[in-house]
Amino acid sequence: MKNKKAVVYVRLKEGVLDPQGVTIQRAILNMGYDVVEGVRSGRFFELELADGNGDLSGKVEEICRKLLANPVIEDFSVEYT
Amino acid sequence: MKFGVVTFPGSNCDYDAYAAAKLVGEDVEFLWHQSTDLLGCDVVILPGGFAHGDYLRSGAIARFSPIMQSVVKFASGGGLVMGICNGFQVLVESRLLPGALMRNDHLRFSCKHIYVRVERNDLPFTSACQIGDVLKIPIAHKDGNYYNFQGDLQTLNAHNQVVFRYCDRQGNITAESNPNGSADNIAGITNREGNVLGMMPHPERAMERILGSDDGLRLFESIRAFCRRGVNVEKA
Repeated sequence: MKNKKAVVYVRLKEGVLDPQGVTIQRAILNMGYDVVEGVRSGRFFELELADGNGDLSGKVEEICRKLLANPVIEDFSVEYT
Repeated sequence: MKFGVVTFPGSNCDYDAYAAAKLVGEDVEFLWHQSTDLLGCDVVILPGGFAHGDYLRSGAIARFSPIMQSVVKFASGGGLVMGICNGFQVLVESRLLPGALMRNDHLRFSCKHIYVRVERNDLPFTSACQIGDVLKIPIAHKDGNYYNFQGDLQTLNAHNQVVFRYCDRQGNITAESNPNGSADNIAGITNREGNVLGMMPHPERAMERILGSDDGLRLFESIRAFCRRGVNVEKA
């Protein structure tokens, strides 16, 4: 029962401007909190993996590269649970 | 000659593109995204809209529609492909054009007439224009902020791949005339071979003066003239 679930995090590459993050940070400031210096937004996906197929990490990475992340502007990381 | 207009679920400018092709007096076919047959079209238009709901990222799911395999093959063989707005997003996601289209820097959906300056007129899409011409064409998008890394931007410019830049009415490239934060005021680009065009503004919505501008006609007339001459045209 290994690789039951893959949790994929997709985030903008360092150096790519994130207007949504900037706006969220501004909102936090407007709320009166001065403890946040920067916000980067991203998304995550939970992939429920089929049982009994051995190590699927290669295929999961392929799915991330081809679909879940746009490698031009985004990085991804995967955690297995 | 024959125009082809791809319809993805969620496309909403396909009928406008169809009407634009008719307006320049040519045949036109709708190409359903589940098909792989381009029906012998001379040029394929990927229209505006929200293909597949724009889930995940704009254009990301449309890239895997069956018709796109044929479009990529057609483009690789030199066939003319024009992506407008959401179609441009599909082209960058398909890697037929470099870079990415990110959320507008002000985070709002922009729907208004803007001006673009023509940077190239040696393409099948722009031969009826002069370099430096200012075209008034509407935009309608939230994800039109053209992005590429500095080195890749330089490559893009070095190969003269920028076709349209946002400008003011006089043709000056200014920060104020940039409606979405695009790098170098980029509104439209081509591939190195010059047979694939992606642009955020909607020329198919600028075909009649009663609608505010007929500057879009020049693009459709350019395509028609190019295909009528039959130079270097790959039949789909």
